[in-house]
Parts: sequence; structure tokens; C-alpha cells
Amino acid sequence: MYKGGRIIASLIIFVAFLTLPFFFNLGKANAGPDLPTYASSSDSQCVEPAAYMKANHMQLLLKWRDSDVRDGNSVYINSQGKSFDISLETCVQCHTTQATKNTVGVNNPALNTSDQFCVSCHNYASVKPTCWNCHSGPEGATK
Amino acid sequence: MKALLSFLAVIVLILIATLGVDVANLHFLFGIIIPYLAFVLFVGGFVYRVIKWGRSPVPYRIPTTCGQQKSLPWIKQAKIENPTTVLGVIVRMALEIFFFRSLFRNTKTELRVGEDGPKLVHGSAKWLWFGSLVFHWSFLIIIVRHLRFFLEPVPYFVQLIDSIDGMLQIGLPPIYLTDAFFLCAVIYLFLRRLALPQVRYISLAADYFPLFIIMGIAISGILMRYFFRVDIVAVKELALGLVQLHPAIPEGIGVLFYIHLFLISTLFAYFPTSKLMHMGGIFLSPTRNMMSNNRMVRHINPWNHAVEVHSYAEYEDEFRDKMKKAGIPVEKE
Repeated sequence: MYKGGRIIASLIIFVAFLTLPFFFNLGKANAGPDLPTYASSSDSQCVEPAAYMKANHMQLLLKWRDSDVRDGNSVYINSQGKSFDISLETCVQCHTTQATKNTVGVNNPALNTSDQFCVSCHNYASVKPTCWNCHSGPEGATK
Repeated sequence: MKALLSFLAVIVLILIATLGVDVANLHFLFGIIIPYLAFVLFVGGFVYRVIKWGRSPVPYRIPTTCGQQKSLPWIKQAKIENPTTVLGVIVRMALEIFFFRSLFRNTKTELRVGEDGPKLVHGSAKWLWFGSLVFHWSFLIIIVRHLRFFLEPVPYFVQLIDSIDGMLQIGLPPIYLTDAFFLCAVIYLFLRRLALPQVRYISLAADYFPLFIIMGIAISGILMRYFFRVDIVAVKELALGLVQLHPAIPEGIGVLFYIHLFLISTLFAYFPTSKLMHMGGIFLSPTRNMMSNNRMVRHINPWNHAVEVHSYAEYEDEFRDKMKKAGIPVEKE
């Protein structure tokens, strides 16, 4: 081989980069995000069905913002005809974190800097919601 | 025709993934076995190709020189364009790899209608350079961004790149700038091949196929993010399972994800056999990575064999006695 040392060294660095995720996660549990336990609610369904909320909650919140802040309409009527107050309080009624109830895991909300219920999934997928840039969050809202 | 064949090949790949996952329920095959296989083929093939290249001798010193050679002390040398030091070569290679310097020098030659008959004109052509630059950098940023699926916790630099990429905050989830740039660049690179007759003439199926498959990957990714969302938490669980060597298929990931994954796996497996190996090959370009010291240093052809010689002195040593007896004059008594 000609300039073999340099070529082999470069290849080793290249392969090290490619296999970085294998070593980075070595020995960690693949537990997924710790889903927070919600405060019990008599109504088991969220504003819309769970599958819809999972995929489209961000757009629903955007719609809510426009509806409430720009159009002055603070009531949302969902696909089943039920009406909800457009407010983060509506979310927070059920979606509050009871951090102490969670077991310690990979992504325990209790270990995160914020205890908003969103963080476990959002941190897991590395998606940063901008809600709390302005809103004070559940504690402030529920008082 | 070549473009059409490549396009159909990618459509067939998409159909295979769709049928395999949706109809035949082969989630395990498409989610675990094929990605692993593709990764092994990619790494193994890449290393094999580079080592094979490394074994071929480079008999001549053939750096291209684009500036003044090192000469008399009062003549200013172009230290990067005509490097005679390791540092110069490193800077030259870095400019090549990060900014495609030789492509920047791309020129075009056209016949234009002049006052008295056609006129040959030369001019600079920067669009290819610009399109490639946008394409490659967007691709790199997109790959780094995808590390968020493979690393837990997600490192800060990945989050930083993510937030810079989505800084315009258009829509929810925010539109990534690189998604738009990337798609535009791929479409430009494809249309360029179709629109310019000379380029179309030299384009092969092996040129169109990577473009279409990359286009398919980009479009399926964009659809997944903005239009037909898949369960991103489940996707990350799958990805983490793969890199932790405890693969498992979580429930409820949409078929679009498997199409995306299958196209990427195909690209990875195809990579070492294709022109995409320019990723490794650029480092081995002899016209770029050599110092231009052709006359300063004696370069010996690496494949020169040691030739066995029998000099006259040795000949005389061997036959001196016989030569003397026969009366042949000898140089050394």
C-alpha cells in the first residue's frame, strides 16, 4: 500500500464516526420517554381523539392561539361537537406532572430542568416547544 | 430513457417497501434486517474500495498547478495553488472538500453569433458550483440533524443545529431551511442533466439513479414531517434499538417511514459500488493531494523493480583467472 498509514488512519476515523451512535448508547436502556402519569380525570378522551392529538397537537394549539388571540373566539368545538375553553388551563386540568409518582428512568420528567408534562416526549425527540417562552406554565396557570 | 429507467427503479423500490410492510407485514425485514445489512455493506464496501485504491501505485507526481511555482526568492509563490509544503496541501484539500474550489473554476464555452459569423466565447459558469455546494452542505446538516434519533440524550450541538435550521419558525413543526434548500438543489441538479444537451449526452443511468433515490428520500422525509406524520417517539425507539443492538419494532409507525428507511438502506448498500464514492475518493485525488515539488525532490517510481545487474567489475572478479590464462588484459591485477 502506498501512504498506507495515512489511509488506514483516516479509515479508522471514518468508521469511528459512523459507529459513534453504537458506542454513545452503549449499555443504556431503550426505555423510551417516561410518560407522565396524569391527574385522574373523569373524561378519558382529550380535546380530540388520542391518535389525532399525537400527530396534530401542535397545529391544534396554533389554531387555538389564532382563534383566541386574533379572532377573539375562546371556545373550541371538537369533532364530536363538544365545546372546550380555549386556554392552556384546559390542557393543564389533566396534563399535570406528578413527578414524584414516576419511576426513575431514561427520561424521567423529574430529572429534567422543567417539569412541564410535555418535556419527556419533547426532550426524547429533541423538539423544543416555544410555548413557555411567553406562557408561565401549569403552576402559574392553575393558581 | 436512462432517466426514465432510473425513475422507474426508484418507484419499484418504493412499491417493494409499501407492499412488504403494508401487505406482507415484513416489518422485521424492512425495519431491522435490511438496515443492518445496508450498514454493513456500506462500511465494508467503503473500506474495501478505499484500500483497493490505496494499493494502486501513484508512479508520477501529477499535481495540477494553478499558480506560480516555487522558484527564485524574488518571485512570489502561490502557496495554496501550487503547494510545496504539507500545510499548503492541507489548505488546498480543505478548500476542495469544503468549498469545491475546482468546481468554482468551472467555465463554459459557447458558439455565439458574432458580426462576422459565429464566435467562440468562454465564460465562467458558477451555477453548478453553487447548486452542488447547497446540495452537499444541506445533506450534511440533514444527516447531523438525524442524530437526534440515534443518540439519547440528544447532544447540544444537534439541538443547536436543529434550532438554527428551523429558525424561521414557519408553521408547526417549523420548516427546516435545509429541507427546502436540499430539494431545490436536487431538482436543479436533475434538471441540469436534462436541459443541457452535452450533459444529457454523457449522463448515464448511474447518474440519474442516485438523484432520484435522494429525491425520494427527501420527499418521503418531508411528507413524514409536515403532512402524514408518523409516530416520532416510536421511530426513535426503533432507531435506538438498532444502535443498541437490541432491535425491536415498536407498534404503529406509518408505512411512509419504512419507505424512507428502505430508500436510505438501498442508497447505503449501493454507495460503495457507485460514483457516490467520490466521498472517499476526493481525499485520494493525486492531482490535489500531492505537493508540487517535482523538481525539488527526486521521486522514484514505486513500482520500479530492483533490476539485477552484473557489472564489468563483478564480471572481471568472476573470470579474472581465466582471463589472465587466455591473455585477455584485466583492469585489476
